[in-house]
Amino acid sequence: MTMIAHTQSKPVLQFGASVLILGGALLVLASAPFWAGRAELRLLMEALSYLALAQMWNLLAGYTGLVSVGQQAFVGLGGYLFFALAIFGGIGVVPALILSAFGTAIIAIPTGWLAFRLNGAYFAIGTWVIAEVYRLGVAQVSALGGGSGISLPVDIARSLAEGRAEREMVMYYIAFAIGTASVLLVWGILKSRWGLAMTAIRDSELAAETIGVNTRRLKFSVYVLTAGFTALAGGFLFLQKLRITPDAAFSVNDWTAFVLFIVVIGGLGTIEGPIIGTILFFALRQVAADWGTWYLMLMGAIAIGVMLMDKRGIWGWIAARTGWSLFPTRRLL
Amino acid sequence: MVWINSVIQGVMLGGLYALFAAGLSLMFGVMRFVNIAHGDFIVVGAYLIVTFIVSWGLHPAIGVAMVLLLVACAGYLNQRVLLNRVLGKDILPPILVTFGMSIIIQNGLLELYSADSQKLQTGWLETTSLQVADKLAIGLLPALMFLTALGVIAMLQFIFYRTPLGRMLRATSDDPEIVPLMGGRNAHTFALATGLASLVVGIAGIWLAMKTNFDPAAGPARLLFAFEAVIIGGLGNIWGTLLGGIILGVAQTIGAQIDAGVQILAGHLAFLLVLVIRPTGLFPKVSH
Repeated sequence: MTMIAHTQSKPVLQFGASVLILGGALLVLASAPFWAGRAELRLLMEALSYLALAQMWNLLAGYTGLVSVGQQAFVGLGGYLFFALAIFGGIGVVPALILSAFGTAIIAIPTGWLAFRLNGAYFAIGTWVIAEVYRLGVAQVSALGGGSGISLPVDIARSLAEGRAEREMVMYYIAFAIGTASVLLVWGILKSRWGLAMTAIRDSELAAETIGVNTRRLKFSVYVLTAGFTALAGGFLFLQKLRITPDAAFSVNDWTAFVLFIVVIGGLGTIEGPIIGTILFFALRQVAADWGTWYLMLMGAIAIGVMLMDKRGIWGWIAARTGWSLFPTRRLL
Repeated sequence: MVWINSVIQGVMLGGLYALFAAGLSLMFGVMRFVNIAHGDFIVVGAYLIVTFIVSWGLHPAIGVAMVLLLVACAGYLNQRVLLNRVLGKDILPPILVTFGMSIIIQNGLLELYSADSQKLQTGWLETTSLQVADKLAIGLLPALMFLTALGVIAMLQFIFYRTPLGRMLRATSDDPEIVPLMGGRNAHTFALATGLASLVVGIAGIWLAMKTNFDPAAGPARLLFAFEAVIIGGLGNIWGTLLGGIILGVAQTIGAQIDAGVQILAGHLAFLLVLVIRPTGLFPKVSH
């Protein structure tokens, strides 16, 4: 994947190209409130949230090999904690979002302790069961609206900014911060000691353990960290929707299946993959908006196609041919 | 008496869950492969039987035979053409491919049959019950369902340990690299395993259609019940799976007796409790 050395590439020229592409993309995104219409802005907000979900799932599955299909647990918990803190705690929107992320990370500790009792494919379905437990549990809490959910009072959304345009701008920059922070976080981790340990695990878990990597502790830490960040994106997604129900908050299709498809189509185990996958997913959704369920079937079929043709996904395929890397994480000895 | 009644209902329901679980357990046992679309395949079986008997007006026996034949062949072909290509040490490709299938099946069913929930009416079968004691009766339909589960599991046990096919399945499960050296064909063996598992899925689908309401989105919950029954019972132990199904069923009916809203939750909690006490299940046969 990204860390496999391709000696024939020209690092200096590539560094310039990376800076140009990333800088350009950041500039375009950062200035979006000034050029994009309301509908486009809303779409970008959702895409940036999905980018964060995809980066987190990729960090978990692509680098530590923990295939979770229960990440909707943390989207839902993040959303519900945010609503509870904002409505009953009287806490401001941004602090409530951050607190709900930390709160979910704390809940992820016992959750992970349970889920880690299962391995491999069993871990995957076990996480799903746990997400269902949270969904059914939340539906029992009448203060949170039970099964029919709860709405965010208008004055809480209004507390962000006075006018509608300003409010949307603030919302957009929250999404922008979440999306870009997710990329930087993953990049930073991969360049740190953790990243080195993850590369070792990816190449051979047994060898990593024999040279002193505590693989279980590392995986657990990454699990808790991704849970917290996933909850941050979840909290924001439901701030944007202004209403939360157990079925929407803990939807396996919306928060896990599509995120899985995004990562795998874009390229698992690369930072670029989730970015490309997110762009493709939303572009396709715009084109196929009127196709209804056919669009979902098409997504499923594309994901199956990628697995059958080239498991590395689009970016993995490009990187293998060109040696390009927008986010250099490899270490040259 | 109310509680004894719920326990008995739960045991019968456990038979249905064991039927859900048997196919999943078989595929994992032979190929180390978890099929995310397992529940959706069961729901497809349920839609097929309703289509054949209600929409087309076929004789029930012919309808059942057609469903079983169709799903077994489809299972064999699916494994041969598609799933065999993603088997391997990496667990992600099979999970992703079957996740894709799950989405395609759910939305395909929605497109074909709408979101309305369905049920196969069975007339006198449903209304007849055996009076066991005062205020205690067992419905004929649940009783037959439980007997079917017993029969299916006994059949699988027999196939696995008493037939040439079973020997091949066990050998391939033990060491898929050596079997081809002895002249075995893994691709064919794997496809036979999935064909057999799909036959059980067909039976489970038919009972699902008779026992409860179902809709295009009913699959994932059936997958989770199946999975829980397998884990509670212990990996690789097919009779353990039956017991796992019963424990799950009883937990659900007792939960429903306490509050109708916590039926499913009670089942999940029973599963998590077993996971805390014994992560390898109550009666594990093989360790992973």
